[in-house]
Amino acid sequence: MADDLFKLNIDGKDIEVPKHYTLMQACEEAGAEIPRFCYHERLSVAGNCRMCLVQWKGAPKPIASCAQTVGDMRLNPDGTPPNVLTSGDYVEKARNGVMEFLLINHPLDCPICDQGGECDLQDQAMAYGRSGSRYALNKRAVENKNMGPLVKTIMTRCIQCTRCVRFAAEVAGVEELGMISRGEDAEITTYLEKSLSSELSGNVIDLCPVGALTSKPYAYNARPWELRKTESIDIMDAMGAGIRVDAKGSGVMRIMPLINEEVNEEWLSDKSRFVWDGLARQRLDKPYVRENGKLRPASWSEALQKTAEALKASKEKTGFIAGDLIEVEQARAALDLARSLDIASTDCRPAGAAYGADGVREKYILNPTLMGVEEADALLLIGTNPRVEASVWNARIRKAWLWNDLQVGLVGEGVDLTYDYAHLGTGPADLDGLLKGDSAFVKAFKNAERPMVVVGEHALVGEHGLDVLNAAHQIALDAGAITEEWSGFGVLHNAAGRVGALDTGFVPGEGGLDTKAMLEGGVDTLVLLGADELDLSKLGDTAVIYVGSHGDRGASRADIILPSAAYTEMEATFVNTEGRVQMTRRAVQPKGEAREAWAIFRALSELTGKPLSYDSADQLREQIREHNPVFAGLGFAPGKAGHEALSKAPEKAKTLAGARPFEAPFEDFYLTNPIARASKTMAECSLMKRGLETPVAAE
Amino acid sequence: MLQDKDRIFTNLYGAHSPGLEAAKKRGAWHLTREMLQQTPEWICDQIKASGLRGRGGAGFPTGLKWTFMPKEVRDRPHYLVVNADESEPGTCKDREIMRHDPHLLIEGCMVASYAMRAHACYVYLRGEYIAEREALEKAVKEAYEAGLIGKNNKNGWDFDLYVHHGAGAYICGEETALLESLEGKKGQPRLKPPFPANAGLYGCPTTVNNVESIAVAPTILRRGAEWFAGFGRPNNTGTKLFCVSGHVNKPCNVEEEMSITFRDLIETHCGGIRGGWDNLKAVIPGGSSVPMVPAEQIMDAYMDFDTLRDLRSGLGTAAVIVMDKSTDLIQAIARISYFYKHESCGQCTPCREGTGWMWRVLERMAKGQAEMSDIDMLLDVAGQVEGHTICALGDAAAWPVQGLIRHFRHEIEDRISEYRAPRTMVQGANVAAE
Repeated sequence: MADDLFKLNIDGKDIEVPKHYTLMQACEEAGAEIPRFCYHERLSVAGNCRMCLVQWKGAPKPIASCAQTVGDMRLNPDGTPPNVLTSGDYVEKARNGVMEFLLINHPLDCPICDQGGECDLQDQAMAYGRSGSRYALNKRAVENKNMGPLVKTIMTRCIQCTRCVRFAAEVAGVEELGMISRGEDAEITTYLEKSLSSELSGNVIDLCPVGALTSKPYAYNARPWELRKTESIDIMDAMGAGIRVDAKGSGVMRIMPLINEEVNEEWLSDKSRFVWDGLARQRLDKPYVRENGKLRPASWSEALQKTAEALKASKEKTGFIAGDLIEVEQARAALDLARSLDIASTDCRPAGAAYGADGVREKYILNPTLMGVEEADALLLIGTNPRVEASVWNARIRKAWLWNDLQVGLVGEGVDLTYDYAHLGTGPADLDGLLKGDSAFVKAFKNAERPMVVVGEHALVGEHGLDVLNAAHQIALDAGAITEEWSGFGVLHNAAGRVGALDTGFVPGEGGLDTKAMLEGGVDTLVLLGADELDLSKLGDTAVIYVGSHGDRGASRADIILPSAAYTEMEATFVNTEGRVQMTRRAVQPKGEAREAWAIFRALSELTGKPLSYDSADQLREQIREHNPVFAGLGFAPGKAGHEALSKAPEKAKTLAGARPFEAPFEDFYLTNPIARASKTMAECSLMKRGLETPVAAE
Repeated sequence: MLQDKDRIFTNLYGAHSPGLEAAKKRGAWHLTREMLQQTPEWICDQIKASGLRGRGGAGFPTGLKWTFMPKEVRDRPHYLVVNADESEPGTCKDREIMRHDPHLLIEGCMVASYAMRAHACYVYLRGEYIAEREALEKAVKEAYEAGLIGKNNKNGWDFDLYVHHGAGAYICGEETALLESLEGKKGQPRLKPPFPANAGLYGCPTTVNNVESIAVAPTILRRGAEWFAGFGRPNNTGTKLFCVSGHVNKPCNVEEEMSITFRDLIETHCGGIRGGWDNLKAVIPGGSSVPMVPAEQIMDAYMDFDTLRDLRSGLGTAAVIVMDKSTDLIQAIARISYFYKHESCGQCTPCREGTGWMWRVLERMAKGQAEMSDIDMLLDVAGQVEGHTICALGDAAAWPVQGLIRHFRHEIEDRISEYRAPRTMVQGANVAAE
């Protein structure tokens, strides 16, 4: 609409932009590049660095373009659109002045600064800095602050842009960062010099335009121009955030977020960002077999031979359990191998959550999508704590709560989610007659145009699991959450491999046992596909074959270990909680003799006498797509397409009265999988979280 | 010269009681109810017609400012905030009003609030003003008890007045920083726009006025806009409180006509310059933030907004700081520079970094320990601060430095040469002596 547009003349170019645009956006629209430090698209405008000054002809002073709304600008006296210049002597002089001020108290220690090479101040100083300093006096020094095991501070470098402060207050929802003192003594610090109590604290490192906040584990490890950058997918939670894996030689040096508007915007949780040191520790780098109660290294041929023999022994007494982090290729190949031997006991639900058995995909994915929460007007969370299960999504819920007035209700453990919510109960029993309540949230929820019901994966565990799923589904139907335009019901997973494995059909076949039955001694031979979150104590003398990348609970109980590649070491398919199919890329080679897991099963099939029908990953993926067409749509979440399957009413749930309250999905956010448990950084975070001191050895 | 009958602040020196009864005898609270029976537009028009310009320093027309408030109260209440954070060095006029004539202020708050359709007014008081707070709170209590303000009062406009005591930061006298502080946050200026009249205190329409601007309003309405406009020159009308300090024989606060000449002001009220008019060196005419004016330019200048602007200075708060020939101007400006460095809030770059730089260079210059090239550099730095900041503190820090170099550059040069002359071994000394 023309009414909402505003005409401007920028650098002699006529342009029309929406009235709510800032002058900076308009200038960029006109093709001009505006330098900035404090401005960030996803944070509120502070306008304090003064680097983005432009000239507005007729204005007495230069204008901070980040803070000037276009619609507030006046026309020229003769009625022509305002003239703005983004370059020229006037603007250059203003920006040069600001740059000089920024640099007089900046230590200029770029040669020893980890930000060197990717530093906004360094880059912009090339354009606006002087060749020498006119400041002959002593520079200011600022004491470093303790911000925990993740963020290293060199506060002398700080330029007080307050991006980190605004991030903590607005996005992370923890008001623990701030600026103390005033004038040139102003300092950024955390409250009482503690680490941020946020799962997103690492993002301040990316936000910091200078080297004041850098990554502690990455300190002095590499220079950005030495790193091989590989765009990939994170698997620490079920969101599938976009990541960039930076590697040097054979090691992963750091992990950074990629911008994926639909999934993680541009944030990353601390676990996803700092888990990389776990990729170098506790690795299974060669096959092992157990002999006289002790594991000894073995050759691949020996280990595979022994495995094949064990698998062939009995089809009834052999089982496969898929773990949290497995890729689709592995699931498919393992499943094909099992079925080729008529083994029906296969399960990808280590915790025993009640979904997937009927094969209806819409009942185990997050149909409303992660981004959908920004369209929703009321959100009901059942038995989930998104702050630890999908930290980045939790920030998006907070965003919707903050800006869109999203109403949130929770049935489950009352925890601090960084936003206000109506606490409607603690257990399944509270789902009975939930919509009959007369609380403000229930009213808002029933009247909502786009209500959203999200069930946590962990809520579906246990004897009432299926009933909880059905009850939640029924609530969604009753609230009108399923329409042709909106599928407001979904499951929030907390394991990256689960949806992919369910999509391949990795559930018990005809007459097969489920996880619980297998673990209680139902099988003589048990293959664990990276499955470590299990209670293996009741297995008795069952032979355990562990296929995985890290030596953890599963490997220590195993009789044969077949080492496989981790997620940074292979090209593999993962499906996130929304049903979005995404691919990881290989950033480094697998450790030692480890192989991609699908190839291990392909090799095993040769030895069991029933070779699988693919010889390459491409052929395998071809079959995966044939088997289930959802894999054909890469990077795509079905979203509202799920309404058809969901509009069918579920079985009537049994009464849930007396069911045990929902529990926390896991004890420790930082230690949820074998890679995280191998990480020293995660261990330090865990100690910090529990209020214990960092061990001296870690220093 | 202003005659006694035309003075607004008739108890400026505290000769009489500041209490309600005494204030009423001096004219306060007279016809207030009748004023409030007029329309808000009438009040704004009267203030506009009187030519009253804001007394806090910038000199923006007060009546016009009041009309920026929305014409009707919608979903958000309106507020009047009175800026009593009088911290500009040299300025001490609001202090006397609050000590000795508080009822004029309270009445003014009520009238101005009515003109802007506000039912609540906050007076933000400087942290160091303890006696003033006690005096003002006492007067507010009296006004409540007498039913002059509060709910269902005698004057017919529900009105509450709150006195808020600041914590002693100069920057909280900046209107948006004041609002932040009033909201309980750190006192840092906000970006404008939005201006307070659209989104001020708690995001509601708000007008921030100086104590003096508000306190003169009821008298203007009582005696008529023409009476007030009859003083001073066009566009610079009314009476004004001058705070004369420094090297005069009798420093004083005095209410005078606008556009009185500097000479008249000093001769009539201050007993002349110390050591005679030949001994006058320079004057800072409007509080520490405006550039100084050398003696020959100021002596017969009109003391008003436009004349002083033309002299590349300003009337500011009309805090006249007189400096005779014994003054070390460089040291004086260095001291002022230290003040701004100390009071910079640290939010935006040019002010945070530039104020400290200017002060340090000036301290060296005061001792002569600088290069000749530092003078131009200092001027350059001041120019890089001026106009590039969020609020006016950057300007306030730059102007005195610019004034010094503009008019007394030769003194700095002499000081440097003097320091160098006996020290031939000082690096660059021979160059400097050329």
